[in-house]
Amino acid sequence: MAAKTHKRQNSRATARPSVAQPRKSSRELIFGDLWEFDPAPETADPKLKPRYDLFINGEFTAPKSGKYFPTINPATEQKIADIALASPADVDTAYQAAQRAFDSVWGKMPGRERGKYIYRIARLLQDHAREFAIAETMNGGKPIKESRDFDVPMAAAHFFYHAGWADKLEYVAPGRSVKPLGVVGQVIPWNFPLLMMAWKIAPALAMGNCVVIKPAETTSITALKFGEILQEAGLPPGVVNIVSGAGETGAAVMNHPLAAKVAFTGSTEVGKIIMRSLAGTDKKMTMELGGKAANIVFDDAPLDQAVEGIVNGIFFNQGHVCCAGSRLLVQEGVAEAVLAKLKNRIKVLRVGDPLDKNTDVGAINSKEQLGKIRELVDSGVKEGAELYQSPCRLPAKGFFFKPSVFSNVTMSHRIAREEIFGPVLSVLTFRTVDEAIEKANNTPYGLSAGVWTDKGSRILKMSVELKAGVVWANTYNKFDPTSPFGGYKESGFGREGGRQGLLDYGKLI
Amino acid sequence: MSTSAHAAFRRLFHEIGTVDAVGVEERVAKFATRSIKKKSKLFGLKLAVTMVDLTTLEGKDTPGKVASLCQKAIAPHEGIDVPSTAAVCVYPAMVKHAKKHVAGTSVRVASVATAFPSGQAPLKTRLAEVRSAVADGADEIDMVINRGAFLSGEFSLVQDEIRQVVEACGSSTLKVILETSELETYDNIRAASFLAMQVLRPNDFIKTSTGKTSANATLGNNQVMLEAIRDFYFETGIPIAMKPAGGIRTAKQALQFLIAVKETLGDEWLNNQRYRFGASTLLNDLLRQIEKERSGNYQAPYYFSEAAESY
Repeated sequence: MAAKTHKRQNSRATARPSVAQPRKSSRELIFGDLWEFDPAPETADPKLKPRYDLFINGEFTAPKSGKYFPTINPATEQKIADIALASPADVDTAYQAAQRAFDSVWGKMPGRERGKYIYRIARLLQDHAREFAIAETMNGGKPIKESRDFDVPMAAAHFFYHAGWADKLEYVAPGRSVKPLGVVGQVIPWNFPLLMMAWKIAPALAMGNCVVIKPAETTSITALKFGEILQEAGLPPGVVNIVSGAGETGAAVMNHPLAAKVAFTGSTEVGKIIMRSLAGTDKKMTMELGGKAANIVFDDAPLDQAVEGIVNGIFFNQGHVCCAGSRLLVQEGVAEAVLAKLKNRIKVLRVGDPLDKNTDVGAINSKEQLGKIRELVDSGVKEGAELYQSPCRLPAKGFFFKPSVFSNVTMSHRIAREEIFGPVLSVLTFRTVDEAIEKANNTPYGLSAGVWTDKGSRILKMSVELKAGVVWANTYNKFDPTSPFGGYKESGFGREGGRQGLLDYGKLI
Repeated sequence: MSTSAHAAFRRLFHEIGTVDAVGVEERVAKFATRSIKKKSKLFGLKLAVTMVDLTTLEGKDTPGKVASLCQKAIAPHEGIDVPSTAAVCVYPAMVKHAKKHVAGTSVRVASVATAFPSGQAPLKTRLAEVRSAVADGADEIDMVINRGAFLSGEFSLVQDEIRQVVEACGSSTLKVILETSELETYDNIRAASFLAMQVLRPNDFIKTSTGKTSANATLGNNQVMLEAIRDFYFETGIPIAMKPAGGIRTAKQALQFLIAVKETLGDEWLNNQRYRFGASTLLNDLLRQIEKERSGNYQAPYYFSEAAESY
């Protein structure tokens, strides 16, 4: 904020209002630097270690190969720590430990006792919330306000919710009883590292299973920090084992013969590889894969709130959300108005240092992902869609991408069909309800959808007709541990959260 | 509600669009998470001071009380560099006293009128009150809308009355109080905002409340009105100003309201021609925070003149 602007402000502040203001030719609002915010960085210590080992059998263990790989902060491109690379031999050790823990302790433990451990994990996560939020932001690039207000509290909420189920499993399937499966192998993505871990581990533990889990290669820190929480909670050794690494480690986790079930969250492409490799085995599977959700705005919708939902749907977590509302379907009569409001709203999104408490859009998770986003955006431009990007300035270092909106998109554009997994929205229009449904469902994916209208009956109709696991009405990206989440078609199968999610971790007797 | 009132509301909502209450409240909750530090905080605090309509609206107001209010408005605090407030806001009978004290300064005199706060007097009486306040020198008139007419769908009556007050104002600025708590829904607040704006002049105000009912300005109704102003501006090119009043007591709240302005209407509304706070206790909290930014310490409230609270 320059002194000059302050002075200008004062002189204007004391001037008398003139009755007839000169009309401006263009009715633009100015979102400038009159009142610029000073940096407000979160400065608490995330208590990181320079090197993270594998968490196997309740202990931090060096990988057998002695190999480590660096993990970086995508906002600065600087190394944060070395992460142990688990080989198939390490994964095998983890499975042996998990099976022993299942046979000797966890599988036999009464639910009310298991519940105590899970409650303890939830409370400890709350106790360490600030540390975890900062670590999550440093390693993944998401804004601190999201990790602080969403990721960490929601992760704790999942443990609290499932802790409550542990001693009430006789009610989860009335008339039937449930038993744990044994050891489950889980692979999670980099977009919500801690939260996805909670989604996977909490129901598994509540049901009485033991776990071998692999965090994503680029975001292992909070997963391994979570190992410290498990130690502090006194969880019996081997109940949860955390093995970090890349694709080879993941394949070893998914294919291990001791895995009674595997759960995967990630791309449809990798999901298909896993399903192929497991065909013919008796392993249970749940898959939570990609999405290309339609966010549908009807002409009677409350437009400002719809715009807010559109922004939340596609720019939340830089658009690294499998259920991101990446296709905006807007009814022709209000398309122009919605687009104008949307552009104004995007102008005030603050893009930059993820650790700054005022940042709305943080860093893209990796160089590789940034490259993929750029490639798809280039294809959109080449195919003739009209690109609007936020006028924001991006930091010189780190992986950043401007919030972007494509208009004049048709169903055959690549940007309307492929999952971009970045802050890029494609805007399409429709005329009738049936056309909206048709366009929304014209995708191999079916994870989520949004409907914006003042008409209640239309919401009910849409929720039946849309082939999507979640349909949000007059809101977007709302999550709750009690609510099952999962996909249709190539977005996967199985549910996470709620009673349904719990049942995917047990066998009915 | 009679059938015709119902039809009138349906037509109006269809024309200007509706508001989703849950969505508005989610939006404004984000303003409250903004972290305003150091220089930007000081700038915001001083800006807020320049926007205060320092108000006394009590049956027991006297020329003496108004004199000290004016002095406070002109020079809010000795020793620190703070601007004057935008205006003092008083009852019509006090306008001439106030006018005397603010002569030669930038502080304007605003007067509530039109049978404030209820508006329940014949139009003739209300207009006479406006004319007399203007004749006494009021630079600004704060009127109340006819909520009874609004709620029974008589929108043209509401607009006609505002139009006549505009006329009675002459060159004085007009602020139209919607009394949001009596309109109850965000849909109604948006609708009433549009009805008022359609008959106002550039830089006339719409204002949330009188401060005399149970609920006053909130970030929610402020936001609905800011968005109405924005939509009206895009539609017509006419900039309308905004004044939340009542219930804003702390500097922290004021900054949140200003963030809403910054992110909804932008820089051109971040001045006291386009945005005001109707408040009395807010000023001393702003001063206290400014003093804290300067010295690093919080001063006791009694170090600030006219402090209502004491130990």
